[in-house]
Amino acid sequence: MSYFSFLAEHGMTLILGTVTTIKVLICSMVLYVIISMIFGLMRLSKNLIIQGIATVYIEFFRGTSLLVQLFWVYYVLPFFGISLEAFVAGVVALGLNFGAYGAEIVRGGILAVPKGQWEAAHALNFSPAKRIKRIIIPQIFPIILPPAANLTVELLKATALVALVTVVDLTFEAKQINSITWLSAQCFGTALLIYYIMARLALVPFLRWLEVLAAKKVGRGSL
Amino acid sequence: MEMGFKWDFAYEILPQMLWATLNTIIAAGVGYAIALVVGLFFLLGQRTPSKIINGINREIVEFIRSTPLLIQLFFVYFVLPQFGIKLSAWVCGMITIGLHFGTYLSEVYRGALEGVSKAQWEACRALNFSTAYTYRRIVLPQAFPIAIPGMGNYLVGIFKDTPLLSTIGVAELFHAATAVGGYNYRYLEPYTMVGIIFLILSVPAAMWVRKLERKVNVAQGKIKQ
Repeated sequence: MSYFSFLAEHGMTLILGTVTTIKVLICSMVLYVIISMIFGLMRLSKNLIIQGIATVYIEFFRGTSLLVQLFWVYYVLPFFGISLEAFVAGVVALGLNFGAYGAEIVRGGILAVPKGQWEAAHALNFSPAKRIKRIIIPQIFPIILPPAANLTVELLKATALVALVTVVDLTFEAKQINSITWLSAQCFGTALLIYYIMARLALVPFLRWLEVLAAKKVGRGSL
Repeated sequence: MEMGFKWDFAYEILPQMLWATLNTIIAAGVGYAIALVVGLFFLLGQRTPSKIINGINREIVEFIRSTPLLIQLFFVYFVLPQFGIKLSAWVCGMITIGLHFGTYLSEVYRGALEGVSKAQWEACRALNFSTAYTYRRIVLPQAFPIAIPGMGNYLVGIFKDTPLLSTIGVAELFHAATAVGGYNYRYLEPYTMVGIIFLILSVPAAMWVRKLERKVNVAQGKIKQ
């Protein structure tokens, strides 16, 4: 069977799987960004209890494997009466796992803003809200976006794992086609290519654009 | 079905889980050893003067880095036999992990080499040292400490990615947990125990790496003690 007839027959299935992968990616991206911000800030709190909670959360999710967390959310939570749909379980596990990594990036970003900036804003009598919103946050983005971009590419790769808890994504479809046709090179090769194209031609340029935008905002010009 | 954590069941399956943990550690160790060497080859590809080899090397590295390890595992496991290369799940897993993380390690090596100041090279040139001698006695001893934290991070990273090997049937910890869970229709205890075993092993390792990182930064004069 030539590669083109393979594509003609199974291309549509793979594209449908890709759409699911993109959905998983976007949902878990939103979730992980929110979690990173909350826990990144909590980690810097002066309140020891809040800081402790954030530290335990981060160490826990960074210390165990994503696959274990995913299976735990999907297969073990029902024991406690919480049954999540596969898609939701996948997104929650990805969001929680990457949120832990993201929180450390956010924390590092906030700490990297020079202390003088806080002091200057204080000296100019800016309100605390204005200080954060106008002075600190615009300076955080150029610092955290490059590592966050790396993390997001890792997230795209990690979405493949949701196939193992029966989410019908690109990986799942590729595996399915493989078990029907045994055209392993074609189906896994195509899946690899699709992931590569998503990462290199869509996700990375988008994140790079965000980086440039954030850098311009604080007057660092085009990078 | 009984709710809650059953301690006697957990105790019963503990020996099985600990044996499987040994397999996980072996898999991580062997995969890491391969990755360390593969990383060197990618580094060589990066540093050869030939632009064509540089380009090909970069594309291969980018491709491996931006595609999921899971599908790479499937690819190696299912495709190689079609070309008459029959390898066990263990060997396939080790090759794939070695290749995947080798690309990451080559970046660590590159960063470390670039972290050695250019003046060092110039000084060696001025002293008429050969390139080999410069690498061996001047550059590598300075680059190695810079590379250590990154190398440590990926050891922990590989360790945390070993559960993926269970998908192609390598009998490591996660595979054992799934088997035990399926046999007894109870996933709560096995999967929870896998999580705890991972925590026990990887949190101290990660802390140790962070300590090393700090030490290196202090030695490099990047941060004060």
